[in-house]
This record gives sequence, structure tokens and C-alpha cells, in this order.
Amino acid sequence: MRGNAQEHDLVAPGNLGAVLDLLAAEPGQWTPIAGGTELMVAFAAGKLNASKLVSLWGIPDLRFIAVTGDSIAVGAAATFLDLRRHSVIAAELPLLAKAASWIGSVANQSRATLGGNLVNGSPAADSSPALLAYDAEIEMISVRGARRIPYCEFHTGYKRNRLAPDELLYTIYLPRRFKRHTHYLRKVGTRRAMAIAKVALGATALVANGLIHEIRLGAASLAPFPARLMATEAALLGQAIAPETIRAARRALLAEVQPIDDIRSTAGYRRRVAANLLEEFLLELSAKAKRP
Amino acid sequence: MEKCLTTRIVGASVPRKEGADKLLGRACYVDDMEREGMWFGATVRSAIPRGIIRSIAFDRHIDWSEFTVVTARDIPGENHIHLIMTDQPCLADGKVNHCEEPILLLAHPDKHKLRKAVAAVHIEYELLPPVFSIEESERQDVIVWGADNLLKSYLLEKGDVDSAFSRAAHLVEGEYRTGPQEHLYIENQGIIAEYSAERGVTVWGSLQCPYYVFKSLRAVFDLPEEKVRVIQTETGGAFGGKEDFPSNVACHAALLAMKCGHPVKVVYDRIEDLAATTKRHPSRTRHRTALDKEGKLLAMEIDLATDGGAYATLSSTVLSRATLHASGPYLCPNVRIRSRSWATNNVPYGAFRGFGAPQAVFAMERHMDEIAAVLNMDPVELRRRNFLHEGDTNATEQLMREPVILDQLLDRALTESDYSARRRRFAQENSGSTIKRGMGISAFYHGSGFTGAGEVYLNSLAGVDVTHDGHVRVLVSNTEFGQGTNTILTQIAAEALGIEYSDAAMAAPDTGTVPNSGPTVASRTGMVVGRLIERAGLQLLALLREHAGLGASHTRDEFFAACARYRAAHGELVSLCRYEAPPDVHWDDEKYHGEAYGAYAWAVQVAQVAVDTVTYSAEVEEFWTVQEVGRVLHPILAAGQIEGGVAQGIGYALYEKVVMQDGRMANNQMTNYIMPTAEDVPPIHVYFEQIPFRYGGFGAKGIGELPHDGPAPAILNAIRDAIGIGFNSIPLLPEDLYAGLVSNQPAEEPVLP
Repeated sequence: MRGNAQEHDLVAPGNLGAVLDLLAAEPGQWTPIAGGTELMVAFAAGKLNASKLVSLWGIPDLRFIAVTGDSIAVGAAATFLDLRRHSVIAAELPLLAKAASWIGSVANQSRATLGGNLVNGSPAADSSPALLAYDAEIEMISVRGARRIPYCEFHTGYKRNRLAPDELLYTIYLPRRFKRHTHYLRKVGTRRAMAIAKVALGATALVANGLIHEIRLGAASLAPFPARLMATEAALLGQAIAPETIRAARRALLAEVQPIDDIRSTAGYRRRVAANLLEEFLLELSAKAKRP
Repeated sequence: MEKCLTTRIVGASVPRKEGADKLLGRACYVDDMEREGMWFGATVRSAIPRGIIRSIAFDRHIDWSEFTVVTARDIPGENHIHLIMTDQPCLADGKVNHCEEPILLLAHPDKHKLRKAVAAVHIEYELLPPVFSIEESERQDVIVWGADNLLKSYLLEKGDVDSAFSRAAHLVEGEYRTGPQEHLYIENQGIIAEYSAERGVTVWGSLQCPYYVFKSLRAVFDLPEEKVRVIQTETGGAFGGKEDFPSNVACHAALLAMKCGHPVKVVYDRIEDLAATTKRHPSRTRHRTALDKEGKLLAMEIDLATDGGAYATLSSTVLSRATLHASGPYLCPNVRIRSRSWATNNVPYGAFRGFGAPQAVFAMERHMDEIAAVLNMDPVELRRRNFLHEGDTNATEQLMREPVILDQLLDRALTESDYSARRRRFAQENSGSTIKRGMGISAFYHGSGFTGAGEVYLNSLAGVDVTHDGHVRVLVSNTEFGQGTNTILTQIAAEALGIEYSDAAMAAPDTGTVPNSGPTVASRTGMVVGRLIERAGLQLLALLREHAGLGASHTRDEFFAACARYRAAHGELVSLCRYEAPPDVHWDDEKYHGEAYGAYAWAVQVAQVAVDTVTYSAEVEEFWTVQEVGRVLHPILAAGQIEGGVAQGIGYALYEKVVMQDGRMANNQMTNYIMPTAEDVPPIHVYFEQIPFRYGGFGAKGIGELPHDGPAPAILNAIRDAIGIGFNSIPLLPEDLYAGLVSNQPAEEPVLP
């Protein structure tokens, strides 16, 4: 344990209003900590550069899953275990349940939160491809009020996002209109469990009259932050799934992604596997569309 | 074939001796221990791979008066870690030869003060050119060790290799490489040391070999035997990683304790442990093999090289075992093996389960499948035609006096794995699937105990005594670190003495109490030390029969009554036995000729592997391992040893990559050094054939290292079977499979919008 607890302040105001007041009083000074599965790893390695921590754990206003007619609202401090156990998410948004089951270990999943995963902003974030494929929106909150943006606009660079210094990630909204879509999510990790994604692709698509009517591709570890593959989507939209379409889509993806060589993998491998995953999804989509 | 004796306790899966304490959290590991007034120690290490230390400055922001600082100048005795050679300093003195080499030591009562203090020691170096690979070292452009960079070499010759090559029907060559592997014991390295002028040095720690540490402390402190005491604490795994390295930690902690006047605890965290401690030696092996028309081996020429790292440590003995396992369990009339261990400026490599054999077996067993491909022969049949049998001689011309049942092991492995039917089925299914499956095999032996005359030189002493409160204690310096030493040795003692398992306990692993029964390494505990305990037990019974009226057969109560009578009349009741070599054992250490090992354990392993051509990942789906390890002393522990060795072998083959950057481990965290999890380890089917070995403890031979030798080649052979491409290097990660699979495909060009 290289961190020294005496070098950090930790406060736990216990309710959302008090947390927002604290962030407003000293903007940028306080680092929110929820499950701690990311920050405590940095602490153990002696690399936690946050002297003031405000706990979001145990705040009911942040930990909820609310189902309405057209959407599911997930509080930022809902844990991955909460997501795994939710019947509507399992039925309608299976990719999110699947992604939740891949986060670290079961012990991690009972502490790690959806909001923490997004705010941490790892390029390899496990929940991001599913949220991008499901066209999620996010709501941010501060004493100044709340604002809502598409999740695909949240990340702005490596570990950078749209949150203002006094803002908290509040709610993730997932639209309930993917029952007829084909869903795809595959994480290529370093092993089967407790793994960080070397490449991950999440996708939803709808085929109508033999043509791709709607498609969303969410990728991890292929850019400095989790992102939609908009150019690849554009290359596929309105097309019939034929071998030439797949080849064109692969080429579009290879032009769009910007993976790196790092300690876990190589850019060449990541590019090729990303294209293979896209092809695998398109073949599944095609097979499903042909079924009566 | 000999039958197993009927026994009551040996051969039964009794509860492990320290099992309840471990389950209930009562087991006391070194970091659980406190000593009164204890301080904490930390190590300031080299930031460069090779150079001269020009200056050491202490940052003014730290109040150094609170700290104790130890340098090489504080060493009262020899500044080296006592091992086979004396080239490794305890603390660097003027120059460094690898990254993370210890330069100075700090102690402070508050462990949180240490990290900043370590960072506040500023060392200036004059850089010298480093060497990081076997190839750079053997070029000898830069000499980093001795006169020629050569830590050790061996030449083993049998028959006339050169003339055999001239009449060969087939000639097959290949080069095979293995990477470093980290032990990943759960408990990191750790020691507590105390020093006083009257009692000398006492250390408690996580370690395998108390007497290795004992000898190192004596050298560094220049103390007589009675002023050094080493006590093993409960040890959370070792795998060879706590054979030699704890000597370094113990000397460091004890130097700090002497200077600061307090007990000092030095416990590494995982980051430091991964970066600074030993790993398995990387290797490169070249095979050149001559065969006749029928696929019988005519000649083998093997050139084996290891990277030993910056100091000699155990590289010579690791190389020895690699040499002696390089030609596999095969009959070949003409063999030449040339092996060399090269010095580099990597962190010194050290002992690791298998001790050179996994490297050598990987090359041999991968090469057998490449030979089979050239001969267009079934790899199983090729092996069967060349297996050693009783009465044959191996590469050192050691006569196989004991039964050799490789054919039987192979048959069982093929039957249990349904090898042929599965291969046929996969060949059909693979063409229509992105998942390609294959079956692979490996056959190998592993020598039990120290090599050649090693056991004679060890001259081990072990035994049993009976305490005044009527407990039988096993007196050995052999240690428990998860593998079952406590359990099997007390089983043997109880069996030999005709008492209950619960009547026998281990004496504390304390050099102040127990004799030197040798290190806990080399798969020697069950066979060699077990035999000493069996003999000591029988000797004790003879003593009681002669002097205390014990009958020819006895009950437990009669035994203890006799013990009480003996103690009343004669005082202490102790029975010690010294190692005796089996008869007709000859070993020529110059020519590497003769009886290399007292016994061999044998195995055949089969892997079923699935290669995903979407992600280029290979997974082991099922594994079968059939072995003959002599008598199985404890079926559950034995199966556990085999399963654990296979899991570690799977990691070695497909997952565990030490990423080295300029002599430093770049992925020294468990998030980035990828070992297989329970999800990645497949069902492992374990089968034993038992042939008791007459000179082993109740018939036991070595078991601990054997299972790690075979998985890597079996897995890569299965990958070859699945996709038709032979890979010759491990670890084989998806990125490597990708490179092998797509290298001959046309590049796919991205199209910019």
C-alpha cells in the first residue's frame, strides 16, 4: 500500500444537496469518490493525486434505476451489480447487463458505479460501448441546475469530459426502443475475467426491406476515449449487407479508428480485430434479417 | 512391477496440518507479525541497468536524522549474497549491473515516511553500455560479467553424432524460445530482523530454505553459527521465488536492525516484488535431429542458451537441469548437448518450479511435432517409436533400472481424452467455423531431487523426536509453502511409527531447532526427506524395542508408554538419519555422464485448444494429464500439485508476458501482467499410475515440478493441429497469433472518406 491516508481528506456529506454545495463552494478542489474501485487502486499504487475526496457512497438520490414508459433512468451511483440484477435492463438492454458482468470481479461490481466508469473516462471503459450503442443521454447537475446531453458527446479527450468543476454526473437515460434491434457486444480482453479491454465493440442495428435502416457502433480502446464510429455507421446506413458492403465497412472502420501500441496490445492487432468484430456483427445481422 | 504397501495413513487424504489455521485466518504471515519497537525498512534501488555510481545526495526537504541509512560500508562481513558464487553484492558498492539493484537501505518507525524518503535519495550515475539479450551477450562486444559474459556452460556427449548425421534419412532443425515468467506467489517477499550483540541476528520470514538464508547472514555479518537464527513464518506460496531471493531481503532487514537498534520489517509490495525479484530464465534452444526412414531417432544436436541476468545466482544449476532434460524421454544413440547461460543487465533470473526443465521440454516437445510434420507421421506414433524403456539409457547413459511405463501413460492419455475421435471431429468441424479446435500432446520426464552428486553434497540430516508431553515432532528444515510438506512428512512419520496422524506434528521451522535437511526445492521433499523420516521412524522403533521394551507389534498407547519409559531412563528421545545414496550411483560432473537423478517421474499430457480466428485468441478447453510419480502419498494434495502446475503452465504458454523495456519490467502490476484466472483454466483431468520407488519416502518420487513441464508444448502443438501453423515461441499471445495468421495475407487498406 503506497498511499498514505493521512495525506487525504475524505468527507461524506450523505446527501446530494450537500455534495453539490461543497463542489460549488470550492470548484475543482474536491474529487468525488463513489465505489472507489478506480481511485483506491491509484491510492494503493501511491498515485492518487486528489487530496480532497467527497464520498458519493450511500446517497440514495444517486443510486436508483427508474423505469418509465419510454426510458430507463440510471443514477450515476448505481452499481454494476444493480444493473446486472435489473430485470428490465436484462430484457431490453442486454448489452448493458452483459457489460456490467464483465467489470472486474463480482467484488468490484458490487462497489463500482456506472457514473464512476464514465467519469473516469478510460478509453477501455466496459460500459461505454453498450451506452453508445443504446444512444444513451446523460444528465449533469450542479447548484446552477441540470443539463442533459447525448452520451456520445460527453468525452472530449483522453480522460477529459464535459463536466464543469462544480458539476456531478447525475443520471444516465437509456431509451426503451431497442426491442426489435439486433444487439451485439464483444469485449476482447487479456483473459476471460478481471480483464481490461484490448478492443470492444457494441452495436445495435435495424434492417428494413433488406437495407440497414438504423445502426450505432460504440467502440472502446480504439481512440483516446470511448466513441461512436460515425463514419463507419455512415458507410453502412441504407446499404444491403453484401460481401462488398462488409469490405467497405471494414475499410471505413480502419480509416476511422486510432488505436495505439501500449503495454496491453498493439495498434495493428486492435485495428484488425475491430474490423473482424464489425464483420462478425454484420454477418449476425444479415443472418437474422434473413430469418422469417 | 512392485505393489504399493498397505498403509493406514500414507495414501489417504488426511486433513492438511495447517489447513484449519489458514481457513480460519489464524495462520500468521510475516506481515501479520509485530515486534516491540519495530521499525520499517525500504530499499533504494538502481534506476539504470549498468553504470558507475558517481554521487549519492540526500534531499534537504527530508529530516534524515529520523532515518537510519545503511550502505555497503555498514556491512560487517562479506558484501555478497552467499550462493553458488559470490558475485552478487548485498548492496551495490560503486557500480550497478541491473535496474532495481539495491544501493542503500532506509529505516524509519513510520512506514509512510519511507516512500518519499526513497524518492529523495538522488543518485548520479555514469552510464555504461548495457546488454539485454542472449544474442547481445554471446556476441561479446560488451563484456558485463567475468571475462566473457559466460555464467556457465556444459557439454554432454553420447555416441558419435557427426557420423550419425551422415546416414540420416531425415534431418529436422528448429529454434524455440521461452520468455521470463513471474512466480506470483500470493504473499510478497517479507522479513523481520532483530539484532543484538549477545544473540546476534534473528530473522523471521517468508522463505523456502532457512539454511540458505542462514548461510547468507553468516557471511554478511561474519557471525558464528550460534549467533544466527532463521525462522520461517507461514509462507504464502513460493514456486522457487523464495529459494534464493529471501537471503537478499533478510540481509537487508538485518543490516537495518543492527544499525537502528530496533527490529525492522521489510515487506515488498507487489509493484516492488514484480520489478526487483527473480523470474524464470528466458531461453533459446536450437535442435538439429537425424532420423531413419522409420522415424527412429538417430542423433540429436541441441544448443541451449539461457539469459541469466546480471549475477550468477542459480543460473548454473538451472542450466544443468535444462541440459539434462533437453533430449526428452527418448532413446537416442547419439546426442550432443551444448548449453550456455549468458550474463546480461536484466534483473537476475532465479529458481522457478521446473528449474530449466520447462524451457528444455518446450523445445523438445514442440520439435517432436515439427519432426512428425516433416515425416508426415502422427506425432503420437513418432513419440511411441522413440520412448525410453526399462533397460535403455538416456542422454547421460543412465541405465533405466526402474520400470518405465510411457506407453501405458500414453495409452491412458489417449483413451481418457478420446484423442483420435476428437481430432477427427475437429478436422471436419473446423472448415465451417471461425473457431478452430485441435489436440496436442507432450511426453516428458522430470528428475527427482538434486542433480548428480548433489544429494550426497547436501548430506541432509532429518528425523523425529518425542517431546515430554508425548508428541512426535518431525525435525526438518523443509518448509510448507502451500504444497503440503507438513502433511506428507507427518503422514510418513505417523505411518512409520504406527501411531495416529494427529500424534505427529512439525517442529518449528527454526534453524535453532531443526537440523539441515536441505532446501525445499527440486521435487526432493517427498522422495529424499520423506525417506529420511521413514528411516528415522523405523530407527526410533528399533531403539524403543531394544531399550524400552516395545513389542514387535504395538498399539499407539504401547508406543507412547515405551517413549515415556525411554525418556525416564535416558532423557531425550531423538532419532536422526543422514542421507545415504542408493547403491550403484555414479555421476561424472565433468563429462555429464552417469546417474543424473536418483529417480524420474514421467508424464503424458494432452491439451484441447480452441483458436478464435476473429480475435486470434487461443484458449485451452480441456486438459488431461497422466503421470507416474511413484507412490502417491496424499491423493488430494498430489492432484492439487498437478492441477496447479498445469494452470501455471497454461499461463506460461498463453498469458504471462514480462514486458521488458531497457532492463526494467514495464508491466509490474497485476492489472498488466496477465495470469490466467479460474475462468481461463479449463477442466483438468488428473490420473496417476503408481510404481513405488524403493528409495523414496514410502515409495514417493518427485511431483511438484513435473506438471509445469508439459502444458506449453502440448498447447502449442494443439494450436498447430488446429490451424496448421507451428509457433515456436512462448508466451504466445493473441497479438503473436495475429502476426502469424495474417502475415501472409494481403494488407487491408483503410479508405479515407
